[in-house]
Amino acid sequence: MTLTDWFNKRKMQQIAARDNDVHIDDSIGKLWTLCYNCSSQLPKKDLENNLMVCPNCDYHFRIGARQRIDLISDKDSFCEMYQEIKPCDPLNFVDTQSYPSRQEAAHAKSGLDDAVVVGTCTIEGQKTAIAVMDFEYMGGSMGSVVGEKITRILEYALLNKLPSIVFTASGGARMQESALSLMQMAKTSCIVAKLNEAKLLYITVLTEPTFGGVTASFGTIGDIIIAEKGARIGFAGRRVIEQTIRQKLPADFQTAEYLLKCGQIDFIVERKDMKEKLSKLIYLHTKK
Amino acid sequence: MKEENKKVQILEFEKPIYKIQDKIEELKKTSADTNINYDSEIKKLEEQTKIYKKELYQKLEPYQKLQIARHPQRPNFMDYVHFICEDFIELHGDRHGFDDKAIIGGVASIEGRAVMLIGTMKGKSTKENLECNFGMPQPQGYRKALRLFEHANRFNLPIITLIDTMGAYPGMMAEETGQGEAIATNLKEMAKLEVPTIAVVTGEGCSGGALGLAVSNKVMILEHAYYTVISPEGCASILWKDSSMARVATDALKITGDDLLQYGIVDEVIKEPTGGAHYNAQEMAQNLKKSLVESLKEFEGMSPEELRNQRYSKFRAMGVFAQ
Repeated sequence: MTLTDWFNKRKMQQIAARDNDVHIDDSIGKLWTLCYNCSSQLPKKDLENNLMVCPNCDYHFRIGARQRIDLISDKDSFCEMYQEIKPCDPLNFVDTQSYPSRQEAAHAKSGLDDAVVVGTCTIEGQKTAIAVMDFEYMGGSMGSVVGEKITRILEYALLNKLPSIVFTASGGARMQESALSLMQMAKTSCIVAKLNEAKLLYITVLTEPTFGGVTASFGTIGDIIIAEKGARIGFAGRRVIEQTIRQKLPADFQTAEYLLKCGQIDFIVERKDMKEKLSKLIYLHTKK
Repeated sequence: MKEENKKVQILEFEKPIYKIQDKIEELKKTSADTNINYDSEIKKLEEQTKIYKKELYQKLEPYQKLQIARHPQRPNFMDYVHFICEDFIELHGDRHGFDDKAIIGGVASIEGRAVMLIGTMKGKSTKENLECNFGMPQPQGYRKALRLFEHANRFNLPIITLIDTMGAYPGMMAEETGQGEAIATNLKEMAKLEVPTIAVVTGEGCSGGALGLAVSNKVMILEHAYYTVISPEGCASILWKDSSMARVATDALKITGDDLLQYGIVDEVIKEPTGGAHYNAQEMAQNLKKSLVESLKEFEGMSPEELRNQRYSKFRAMGVFAQ
């Protein structure tokens, strides 16, 4: 046996061993989850009962759009709008997979038609227009559908003089729609300009993670910008910055806490306090 | 301009043309040395070059255009100022402690019309590039631009932006001082302007860094320039996990003027001299000037409200989806 053979054999054994581990994890995985932050094994039920926040270290797990809506809106008050808007493939984009097949996979994974759910709800009795992004659908990337649905719900808020809240969770623009996705940044910012002029409250809540095109458009032009605890928020990705400036970044760089120190956000909220904080803010800005 | 005397740097795909041209020179020399008449051969070769050149430049692939757009000798903002403006007075600073050299702006006169001219600046030497950060603005650059937008709005000056940037700078200070917020605020505030705004992508129009100066009544692009949401290299390394797939990504992203025209993202493609703007900066500038003056005329007599509505509806209509 040559040395290379020996290494190959060892590698194969390691891969086989890893596969076995995964198998074992799967059966446990149904009941237990590993906290990404403190690595403690958490019973899934406990985690769910704790709003998907690690009871040991307060790490906020990402949550889906529907779950988020349940957390902040009054029971059964959410009325979804513009569900009929669905993605297509204007550029016939194919990378290692075609765009339509990525859309299908994302739909299967998230149960959504695109990366945002919009509608109206009441928050402690106050009617509000909301848009909630979902990272599970293609990394929450912004394409034509996300841009259009956010624009429409904000137009609805404008027309009906409602306060509005957008929850962001996005890796950035949707590359599969190229310049069309870039233009969604302009489109969504233009409607925020109209809300400003109509003096209607527009709040953005930046959740884990918010990057790229969303940070550089409707995400950071809220009258009030809130970040959820621990969320990573930035324009460029950490790796890109490290490669550009050729140095390691501080561990807490681009976290909500770091941005608060830099004066980029108004305050940080823990998930359990989110509804109450939003409700108070709306009340303080809209009471006569 | 100093650059005119410099030899043009030849791109890889142009090399066959120059090989023929070298051969012609060689023949001419031999002919002179030996007194043998090669005129007919030379003429034939020259004809061939002409045809070949025409074919090559007419059917440039997106990836070849990308290289022209990035050509180190491509005319930059100050070149256009030199050829287009009768007057240009640069206005510096964001008034909050910074003057970003990657974005230059000032009041200018173009064929007797007073305008606000703002653009990203790329250098042609390493020294120049270090000064203007290779044309990649910091948040403070966008805030300087915003200050100038508001100034122009106050004094009723049409705003022209010339864009050639790899994108907003991805650095530590940029994140700490709000790169995303600076761009987003520009997008929002450009929507509110009450003067005509015209944007031209003159080279690279990469991502939010380009859009931050381009929410305009009219958006134009030079023939070989490109406008995209992410650089083809970035896209290739994310989607293909292989940055050497950049050529394929360039095709997939549909970044050329003609593609963008088709999707309604740009309104006009401005013709470049044969081979690209760097072969004749003056001719390029004249083409650009002509389009700018015509565009300014288009918006003459429109009320502030009409200008805002036109701009708003234009961007409102962007995007393709099913419903």
